[in-house]
Amino acid sequence: MKTRELTCIGCPLGCSLRVMITDNEISVTGNSCRRGEEYAKKEVTSPTRVVTSTIEVSGGTLRRVSVKTESDIPKDKIFDCMKEIHQTKVQAPVSIGDILIRDCAGTGVPVIATKNIGVCNEGD
Amino acid sequence: MTEHELIIIGGGPAGLAAAISARKAGLEDILILERDNGLGGILNQCIHNGFGLHTFKEELTGPEYASRYIEQVQNLAIPYKCNTMVISISDKKEITFINREDGLCVVRAKAVILAMGCRERPRGALNIPGYRPAGIFSAGTAQRLMNIEGYCVGREVVILGSGDIGLIMARRLTLEGARVKVVAELMPYSGGLKRNIVQCLDDYGIPLKLSHTVVEVHGKERVTGITIAEVDANRQPIPGTEEYYSCDTLLLSVGLLPENELTKTAGAKISRITNGPVVNDMLETSIDGIFACGNVLHVHDLVDYVSEEASLAGKNAAHYVQGGSNKGDGQYVEMEAAGGVRYTVPQSLDIDNMNDQVTVRFRVADVYKDHYISVYYNDTRIAHTKKRILAPGEMEQIVIKKDSLKEYPDLKKIVICTEVD
Repeated sequence: MKTRELTCIGCPLGCSLRVMITDNEISVTGNSCRRGEEYAKKEVTSPTRVVTSTIEVSGGTLRRVSVKTESDIPKDKIFDCMKEIHQTKVQAPVSIGDILIRDCAGTGVPVIATKNIGVCNEGD
Repeated sequence: MTEHELIIIGGGPAGLAAAISARKAGLEDILILERDNGLGGILNQCIHNGFGLHTFKEELTGPEYASRYIEQVQNLAIPYKCNTMVISISDKKEITFINREDGLCVVRAKAVILAMGCRERPRGALNIPGYRPAGIFSAGTAQRLMNIEGYCVGREVVILGSGDIGLIMARRLTLEGARVKVVAELMPYSGGLKRNIVQCLDDYGIPLKLSHTVVEVHGKERVTGITIAEVDANRQPIPGTEEYYSCDTLLLSVGLLPENELTKTAGAKISRITNGPVVNDMLETSIDGIFACGNVLHVHDLVDYVSEEASLAGKNAAHYVQGGSNKGDGQYVEMEAAGGVRYTVPQSLDIDNMNDQVTVRFRVADVYKDHYISVYYNDTRIAHTKKRILAPGEMEQIVIKKDSLKEYPDLKKIVICTEVD
């Protein structure tokens, strides 16, 4: 049996978790909600993260639109995902929830806008 | 002179939530004054996720969280002026502001809500020796330059201070291709949330050196390197422990200061510990009808709590306008922070007119393991809760119920403290 000590990143409480790993079972203690248990089980098997960044916008009131992966992606895909984000450019207007990359780095997860960017009128 | 029922200074998370709640409590004539070119405040540059779990039961990024409130403000047709700088507030609640459309204006308000937020402690407050080359940024400035303006701030980075913005920026810079070499923290504990140490530093193998500080900045035109050293118990650098890091950028994440210049022009009493106004349980300052909420009152860790506090301020300000003063007739009891508790907000409680329950927020002075948080009414201990860990970086709260005060007719003070057992 292996044990691992983790800090939950599910919310700002940051519960200290203890994960017991045996051949056929993973048990979690120290969590104060179901989110903590899910996080711990994922973290010791296949850790994932939500990635947030910005994408270049042309013709908008701002030069960058903030984005996120719609759900968490495998941790080892973070930098592949960033590479695609860097290569992407979009045209204003952009609305929250717009899909800007359909399938990021083969994860099947889209990258979506998290900010509204209006069209920049000339002279603005 | 134009008069409004309620003027809210600041259109960030606190100002927005206060406006919405004041409107829902029945106030028609509300005006929000915001100095930036749009609403949302600092949330607009906080593009990371983790906001709103408390309020919306889902994990949002900063701009998404802000947009939920901005939409409500727009749907409720609450007027606001952007690009508008407030210059002063008088004790008669006359507000002087300037912008390009109106020029210099003075308006009068029946009630005012202070929601100006906070700003970063600058380099000048740290006495770091060395030259003043380009490449030294406060973490929040770097965050704005990267996330809103789209600039690259540096390639090789050292961060001083382990506040949440510094930790978030360590990850952000790493994702953008920069190398964050070290995060140095003067104190023996981190100033940020534990989850940010895990997901911003540990995930990317960025070392956190506690009890370390910057002792020299190298470079004349641009930063070329930083020397850090370990500090002793008195926070003095220990000779012989210096380490040199070559880098082109130094970020400072060394604390936030409530921005209370306007509060002072109104003459409101300021707490020397929070650097924010002293308030009662209605979140009303020492000046009748001027309320405060959010980071201008005391620096929060979570925007969710800012929204909650601001909603309360909005509701109270509405009641003030509708029914006159909340205070004067009630019996006030002081809240006392003792034994490891640095401060409480609110600082006093009107036990006759208080709501059914009042949330009291506070911070502790040091890291305490397996300590209790205790609440005393006069000399009687009425609450005693064990905490595995208490840290200055994490705000704590307790709830005082009006019912529980009934048995204490001679209540003089309420004490909140930490205890070993």
